[in-house]
Formats: sequence, structure tokens, C-alpha cells
Amino acid sequence: MNPIIRLNEITKRYGGLVAVDEVSLTVDRGEMFGIIGPDGSGKSTLYKILATLLKPDKGTATVCGFDTVKDYKRLRTMIGYMPERFSLYQDLTVEENLSFFASLFGVSVKENYDLIAPIFGQLERFPSRKAGALSGGMKQKLALSCALIHRPEILLLDEPTTGVDAVSRGEFWDMLSTLKRKGITIIVSTSYMDEATRCERIAMMNKGHILDIDTPSNLVAGLGENLYNAVSDDMFGLLTQLRSMPDVIDCYTFGATLHVVGSNSFNSDKAMAKLLVSGHKDVKIYPAKGNIEDVFIKLTRDERE
Amino acid sequence: MKIRILKALLKKEVMLMKRNPIIPKIILVMPLMVMLVIPLVANLDVKNVKVVVVDNDRSQLSRRMIANLNAAAAITVNAYSDTHEDALAKVEHGDADVILNIPYDYSKRVALGGTSVSVEANGVNATKGLLGAQYVSQSVLMTLQQWQVENGITVKPAEISVVNRYNPTLNFKNYMIPALMVVLLIIICGFLPALNLVSEKESGTIEAMNVTPVDKLTFVLSKLIPFWVVSILVVTVGMVVGWLVYGLAPEGNIGVIYLATILFSLVMSGLGVTIANQSATMLQSIFVMFAFIMIFQLMSGLFTPINSMPQWAQVITYFIPPRYFIEIMRAVYLKGASIRELWLQFSALAVFAVVLIVISAKSYSKRG
Repeated sequence: MNPIIRLNEITKRYGGLVAVDEVSLTVDRGEMFGIIGPDGSGKSTLYKILATLLKPDKGTATVCGFDTVKDYKRLRTMIGYMPERFSLYQDLTVEENLSFFASLFGVSVKENYDLIAPIFGQLERFPSRKAGALSGGMKQKLALSCALIHRPEILLLDEPTTGVDAVSRGEFWDMLSTLKRKGITIIVSTSYMDEATRCERIAMMNKGHILDIDTPSNLVAGLGENLYNAVSDDMFGLLTQLRSMPDVIDCYTFGATLHVVGSNSFNSDKAMAKLLVSGHKDVKIYPAKGNIEDVFIKLTRDERE
Repeated sequence: MKIRILKALLKKEVMLMKRNPIIPKIILVMPLMVMLVIPLVANLDVKNVKVVVVDNDRSQLSRRMIANLNAAAAITVNAYSDTHEDALAKVEHGDADVILNIPYDYSKRVALGGTSVSVEANGVNATKGLLGAQYVSQSVLMTLQQWQVENGITVKPAEISVVNRYNPTLNFKNYMIPALMVVLLIIICGFLPALNLVSEKESGTIEAMNVTPVDKLTFVLSKLIPFWVVSILVVTVGMVVGWLVYGLAPEGNIGVIYLATILFSLVMSGLGVTIANQSATMLQSIFVMFAFIMIFQLMSGLFTPINSMPQWAQVITYFIPPRYFIEIMRAVYLKGASIRELWLQFSALAVFAVVLIVISAKSYSKRG
């Protein structure tokens, strides 16, 4: 496979802050690649470099075989970029926005309609509604349609599902899968860890550098931790007390339960007994299956140590 | 630069401008308001000069002087004082602007020479004091000359005749109306493109725009060209109001005015876009634009003649584009000048327009 994106030790600084720190990665043609990380981990900066909007201070970035600094003009016709912020004209209607972006790229809406049909289909009912009056999920669909209208080879989506409801998010990921089947390479970033499993490979980013890159299942399989769920009637007290135990490596909230990372000497029965003595009721500690979020927490912890 | 892309961008600008709740109204209402109100209030004609007379002569001549003063249009004699101190007190209280002092036995001694009336003016309001004293002394001088002729006293005629060409009645409105249109263009063509571009930055639409193959010059032109239309609209409204309300129509060719208008709109919108390129928020751009507009209004010869500025300031005015536009407007309006006589001003405006468009395109950066 020949990579469609090749980043080689990319560094970008804003004053004293290093936003992206020596990031190297490759993405294969036709791949759905996720970039996962919390806010401020450098995802958006990386996107701007890929989208030719930012020059890296160090390193080289090639997209579709073109350098993002030297050949930016050629590249702009091959990239579909959807920025984090909704960036269509709110005072233009759905139809006007779409045909405006089509005419900037010198294409007609008609000739590329097959590509956007599954996404734009739901917007067809109100072509003359202003973009600003659409719901969050609809806005994302319109923005995606506009980013696709020139049939790009590669789609760069910067946190496309932030601020979108859970149902629309699911729909959005289904649409991305459809696009992937049409041969479009998709780079998508998110701070929702649960969405990461929809990608073929993911890069975990924190504080400007990459912690690990692999398929979601390999990452979870490689977790190799002694992981337990813990619940009781006083969750906050449970958290502080578990953290103070010597054979507990880490403890953090995970949905409605706590995840406990135990050392080899950790015994859940002994810990439960200890907690009951100190006044906790309904204490339950049972083995847990790790997921991407646990991997991310482990990787950031390893990095600190 | 591609015409197809420019067309699409212009179409979008027009649609957005039409849908904007405020901008189209400002473009129509502001020129109307300014042209209807400002010429009436921003008036430097001096009226109602109040005179206090200290008449120590009490002769036929002095009475005639006072009567003639009262008859003059802008002057009223509203007080008489016995002493100079009393008259001064009246000026101090604001009851009078000018003191006319007629000395004792003036009418008898005037034939012999060596005596004179004195005129004192309150200089706090410099314009009123200066013009008021001038009006009073003119009136007194005329009465004196008539009296001397009637009484057979030979005088050396020391008359200077002043005729104000092109604005014979020295009507301040004729001087202001062409200049007010310049003010309108400075504000509308300077502010609106700047606000338009910064609002694209604030709303984030610029990000989607930057990844398209639109090049800098095309993008910047799409921000400038709509203001050709807007500026022509503004000047047309201005000229129609000037003609219908104040009866002032341009002496010269309207085409010359429109050509200068388009050039000037490019200068101002180029400046606006350049400022917007450097600003992250609307507030920043408004502040910087205000600084320019202040200097443009005060140093372009709009209210105060450039000739009466200090030498160094006069040099600076050569770098202030509205200076040339005001010269063109006044020359075409009042003198009926043609483009051949104004080529210097036109070429200056053209140079400013080209330079500012280049700077605005260069300073627009798609990359951080």
C-alpha cells in the first residue's frame, strides 16, 4: 500500500507553546484514520498543517504525493476540509451554500451529486432554509456535503461530531463508512473515545505528540492491565479510598462505575472487605474489560512516569 | 485570477449584503441624513453679531453710523454704554460680541484727521469675533465715506473690492456639500469592507474559504468591487439631495465625479481590507479605522483650508487620499473643471488605489 499521507517529524510552535511535537505518521489510501485526544492535544493544529493552512516549523508533510507547503495550490483541489467550527455562510440557504462551494471549485452540483446524495438527501426537504437556522446535526451534514462537492481524494474532518446529539453522531459515522466504501480516505478527529472504534486505525495524541498508533482492537488487546469495576453507595469516598491503597496503581471514574487498575498483588476480595470495614455499603469489585479510554489513560500515565 | 470564481464570490457578496438587516439601510439612510442635516448645522456663516456702542460724540454722524449698523443684515446694535468699562462688562456677560467706540467730538475732528473710531471684538469665538469686527468696521467705513462725500471733504479712496468667484455669495453650503459626499464615502467605503472581512474571520467562514483554490487577489477584489456600486449609489443620492434641497448642481461633467468616486472607493475599501487583514476582531478594526478617519477628515481640507495649515502639515496632506477627491469634487461642482485640469488629482488617486489594492491582497494571508 502506498501512503496517501506522510508526516515526517512535524513540529509547530505558537510562541513558547509546542502545539505539535515531532509527529510522524502515515495513512494509507482508502483508510479511515482516527486522531484521538483531549482538547488542546494538538489535533486541530495537525489538521491545519494537513489542510495547507499552516506551515510547520520543522518536518515535512506530503498529502497525495504533494508537499503541503510547496504544492498547496494543487492540494487544495484534492482536499475536503471540514473545520472544527461551522464555517458555512449562515445567511445563505442550504442550496446556495452548496452551489457556492461547487462554483469555487469549478464543478457543478449535478455532476457530483451521487457522492453527496446519501448525506444531502436529508437536507433536500428544505433547500431554501438558511444554514444558520439548521439544527446541529443538519449543519454538520451540510458542511460535509460542501466539503465533498468537488470530489476530494481525502477528507479531513476536525471534530465533526462535537456538539452533535448521540443519534446524529451515529448517523454521521454511518455516512463516513459509506464514503469510505467509495474510496475516499478519511482522517477524522474526536475527543469521544467511544467513537474511536469506528476507525480502522487510530493515533492517540496528548500534549502535541503521539502516544501510539494501531487498530483499536490491537490497542485494547495490548492493554495488559489488571482492571476492575468498583461501585458502592459513596462513589466519591470509594474513589479517594481506593486511590490511597498501596496495591492500586490508578483509579478513575468510568461512566457509572470506577475503573481500578490493580498491581499484581491486588486482590479484589481483600479490598472489598477493607472497604466494608471502613463503612461502605453495597461494595462490588469485579473484573472489567478495558476499552480505548483505558488505553488512553494508561498511555498518558506511562508517559508521566 | 479566474473570472468564474470572481463571479461566484461577487454573487455571494451581493446575496449576503441584501440579507443583512442593517447594511442596506445604512447605505441609503446615512447619505440622506447627512446631506439633509449637516449643511444646515455645520455652517460657518456668522449671523447675529451683537454690538454695544459707546457714543461719546452724539453727533449727526455718530447717529447715522449706528443706524446704518443696525440696518446691516448680520449686525444688531443691542446696547449703548456711556463708558468703555461698562461696554466691556457687557461683552464679558455675553450681551455683546463687538464694541464700537466713537470718541468725543469725532465728527468735528474727523475732517482734521488724527482721530479714529475703535472696534473691539470678543475673541473667544475666533471666527465670530474676526468676522464680526470686520462687518462692523466695513459698515462704519462706508457711512464715513458717504458722510465725507456729502460734506465735500476730499478723501483718498482706499477701497479694495473683493469678489468671490465661483461662490459669489460665499455660501458655506456650496463649499460643504461636495465635501460631505467625500465624508460619506470615507465612512461607508472604509468601514463596511473592513467589517465585512473581519466578520468572516469572526464567524469562521474564512476557514472554509481558505482551503478553496480561490487566490488572494480574487478574494480581495470580491470584497472591493461591491463598493464601486455602493459608492456610486451614495454619490448619486448626495447629488440629488444637493440639487433638490439646496439647488446646487455640479457645474462640470457628472462623469468626472463618478470616475473619481470609483477610484476613491477603491482607495478607501483597499485601506479597509488592509486593516481587516491585520485585525482579529471587529473592535480592533473599528478602532484603527477610526484613527484613519479622524486624520482624513481633519487634514484633507474638508473643514479647514490646507493653505492655512503649518508647512509640515501641508506636506502630510499630500499623503491623504481624500485631499485629492475633495479638490476634484469642489473643482467640478463649483468651477466646472474638466478631467484635463484635474489630471494631477486623478493620477494621485489612481496611484493610491493601485498601491492599496496590492497591499490589501499581499497582506491577506491564508496561512497562520
